[in-house]
Amino acid sequence: MSDVPLLRVSALSKFYGSRIGCENVSFDLWPGEVLAVVGESGSGKTTLLNCLSTRLLPSSGTASYRMRDGQFRELYRMSEAERRFLMRTDWGFVHQNPADGLRMTVSAGANVGERLMAVGDRHYGKIRATAVDWLSRVEIDEDRIDDEPRAFSGGMRQRLQIARNLVTGPRLVFMDEPTGGLDVSVQARLLDLLRGLVTDLGLAAIVVTHDLAVARLLSQRMMVMKDGRVVESGLTDRVLDDPRAPYTQLLVSSILQV
Amino acid sequence: MYVAVKGGEAAIANAHALLADRRRGDRSVPALRLDQIVEQLALGVDRVMSEGSLYDRELAALAIVQARGDMIEAIFLIRAYRTTLPRFGYTRAIDTGAMLVERRVSATYKDLPGGQLLGPTFDYTHRLLDPGLAAGGDVASPLQRASEADAMPRVSAILAREGLIEPDGDMPQDHIPGDITREPLEFPMARDIRLQALSRGDEGFLLALGYSTQRGYARNHPFVGEVRIGEVELELDVPELPFAVPLGSARVTECQMVNQFKGSAKAPPQFTRGYGLVFGQSERKAMAMALCDRALRATEFGEDVVAAAQDEEFVISHSDNVQATGFVEHLKLPHYVDFQAELDLVRRMRAEHDARENGGKVEEKREAAE
Amino acid sequence: MTAQPTDIATYNFAYLDEQTKRMIRRAILKGIAIPGYQVPFASREMPMPYGWGTGGVQVTASIIGPDDVLKVIDQGADDTTNAVSIRAFFKKVANVAVTTETAKATIIQTRHRIPEHPLTSGQVLVYQVPIPEPLRFLEPRETETRKMHALEEYGLMHVKLYEDIARHGRIATTYAYPVKVEGRYVMDPSPTPKFDNPKMHRSPALQLFGAGREKRIYALPPFTDVVSLDFEDHPFEVQTFDQPCALCAAENVYLDEVILDDHGDHMFVCSDTDHCEKRREQGRRGDLAPETMEPTQ
Repeated sequence: MSDVPLLRVSALSKFYGSRIGCENVSFDLWPGEVLAVVGESGSGKTTLLNCLSTRLLPSSGTASYRMRDGQFRELYRMSEAERRFLMRTDWGFVHQNPADGLRMTVSAGANVGERLMAVGDRHYGKIRATAVDWLSRVEIDEDRIDDEPRAFSGGMRQRLQIARNLVTGPRLVFMDEPTGGLDVSVQARLLDLLRGLVTDLGLAAIVVTHDLAVARLLSQRMMVMKDGRVVESGLTDRVLDDPRAPYTQLLVSSILQV
Repeated sequence: MYVAVKGGEAAIANAHALLADRRRGDRSVPALRLDQIVEQLALGVDRVMSEGSLYDRELAALAIVQARGDMIEAIFLIRAYRTTLPRFGYTRAIDTGAMLVERRVSATYKDLPGGQLLGPTFDYTHRLLDPGLAAGGDVASPLQRASEADAMPRVSAILAREGLIEPDGDMPQDHIPGDITREPLEFPMARDIRLQALSRGDEGFLLALGYSTQRGYARNHPFVGEVRIGEVELELDVPELPFAVPLGSARVTECQMVNQFKGSAKAPPQFTRGYGLVFGQSERKAMAMALCDRALRATEFGEDVVAAAQDEEFVISHSDNVQATGFVEHLKLPHYVDFQAELDLVRRMRAEHDARENGGKVEEKREAAE
Repeated sequence: MTAQPTDIATYNFAYLDEQTKRMIRRAILKGIAIPGYQVPFASREMPMPYGWGTGGVQVTASIIGPDDVLKVIDQGADDTTNAVSIRAFFKKVANVAVTTETAKATIIQTRHRIPEHPLTSGQVLVYQVPIPEPLRFLEPRETETRKMHALEEYGLMHVKLYEDIARHGRIATTYAYPVKVEGRYVMDPSPTPKFDNPKMHRSPALQLFGAGREKRIYALPPFTDVVSLDFEDHPFEVQTFDQPCALCAAENVYLDEVILDDHGDHMFVCSDTDHCEKRREQGRRGDLAPETMEPTQ
């Protein structure tokens, strides 16, 4: 791990009128590090994720991202063009519902190839070869390359969404409940796959989940959120094995029956 | 031997001569006069004025005759004429509160200042064909009120006194109302622009969309606060004169729909409004317009956009029947150059497909033989 | 309407009032300044239906002068009914000279074709455009497509071409084939067959596109780079025909298929009727050409 963070978040808050989305969140994320944000629905974890990924503008606070040239850029001061470029090159976003992150009416191959074409790849054969490679890395048979995601199972769709995000070699991936809505056996397989990919590629990731098992398996560090605020953060194993905040203790005792 | 088809010009002239003949019909039947249409098909004339957005009964009647009673064609004729007219200026906003009312009903109050006034309505008529009309007998004169009517405040003003309904709202001092016939439409649009588009939108289209909101596609709990029909004064500001110059009056139908609203981060709980205004007498159109207007304000009130009627681009892009009829009917124009290109592609792909199929079969046979 | 005297309406030269023409000319100038960019304009209702060339007619009406010579084609032909109708319209409201000869025209209004005879400097080709937005069938929202153009996000366009190749082994777009203009804007060339796309590239003529119903004008100034989108390993190619025109024996031109009888016999003839007639006047004869020239009107 490098000693310079990839993302610096400082005092980030988002209000919806008088209602708090998230309040005063600060943290640094290092390259290759996976941070889990856990909490119940309504805890503000998805608002935080949407602010960090610039899908929402925060009410106050800053977030700076270290670009490939090593320079930090303030995310909320970038033009929309720069943000969108970042989104389709250096970042990924894995939605809970694959239909939100995929084009359901174009083939699996085109779903994977789109980001390549968006950054200027113009060789059909090479694009297709890359798509085949990525489908195999997410365990989708090559002969499904021309099928539309509509014909895929939930687990396959989610794996396709992951391939679509990773094909441009991003350095930071946002994940919103990546295993939500899947059967338990399918979840386990997907988590295995994700863990492998994150390690192999040295990805940094911010994973929002209500499932402490997902946090345990994927992340090195975690933040626990309640009512829009971070109530505890630390190394994942420490937080789960030795929770200090009363709310974390309650969460761990009530959900994690290991 | 092949000779290319020629003579489009002669064919068009002949077709138009035939159209003129069919339009006139049996010469032993007297030709329609425009005043007959203005007087006796008044609601048809109103619709042509409203969707043609030109207030001139005689021209609308002419358009109806010329279009053989095809309303959209008549609206088209009016629009194509209207667009060539120079703009002298824009009138002041009309004051419907000062309307000389012929009909006014409210569903939200049993009685209210000015009262309920039924006016010339189809409501409560039994829809039984009246053979008497075919015979063309005399019609008795209706009763008329003896004196000036009481003042008739708008229902929205009554509710506004308690602060229970969103106010009319003020436009910024320097706001110049948009003109969709002079400026290109851009999305998202301001409400004044949107209301213009709705006011000349197709009655049937808005009716269907308004209906869809009632059936649960973007339900907005409407009450007819008020529908009023009557004459309003038109006034024009002339720079050289210290007062507004009266231009005359126009008959309009206004609908103020009162809708439920729970309140949001920005606004307290209160009733909201959908607004409809059309030339002439058409409650159906004004009410449908009000339902659509309210549905299209979903984003303004922080409501989820889940149905067609709430989707501004969808509604406004498809509400104009002159645009819609043109583009649908253009499909009958020749497209054979493009069709030729598709034909060629399909033929080639068929040939390749057949070659593959047959090739495959040959191979299978060979395998079987081995 | 013999009962009504004609005091009801008089029309300006070329139908549109001068104020409107100025507004349209401003849009055209902006379009020329930003080649391939769709300029919104306050399209007027025209006396012909939307979808029947109202955009092209407004553009032509705004640029035409009394000395212009107008040619109107539809499907490449001067004698198709809509071309006849639009030509007659301008003859009536602008009293300009009209022609069917490509070389003699100063303004050519077209639907679906570019003439075979090369255009020259000083000529203006006015296209009638039904749907100006090349991204429309990939993204129905105007707010979104305008953003995509602004940010040059054209990946989706290649997704469509990718899908064609994956499904059909080739790019299956045969008309309205998208082009990139001066390396910047992706543009719809109007529903011309892709056969005509190369003619747009660095044409010495001014090319103007009018979409009346969609209220957009765009332009290609003379000698603009117009490149059809493709892949390096699946380059753009135009249609070819196996046989020459059956009337004038022309090759490398766009042909229409004409059904001759109810047995399905057919022949292929030039879609550009002026080009075909000129060649026949010069004595070129195809396999099925009549013995003597039919007198043209």
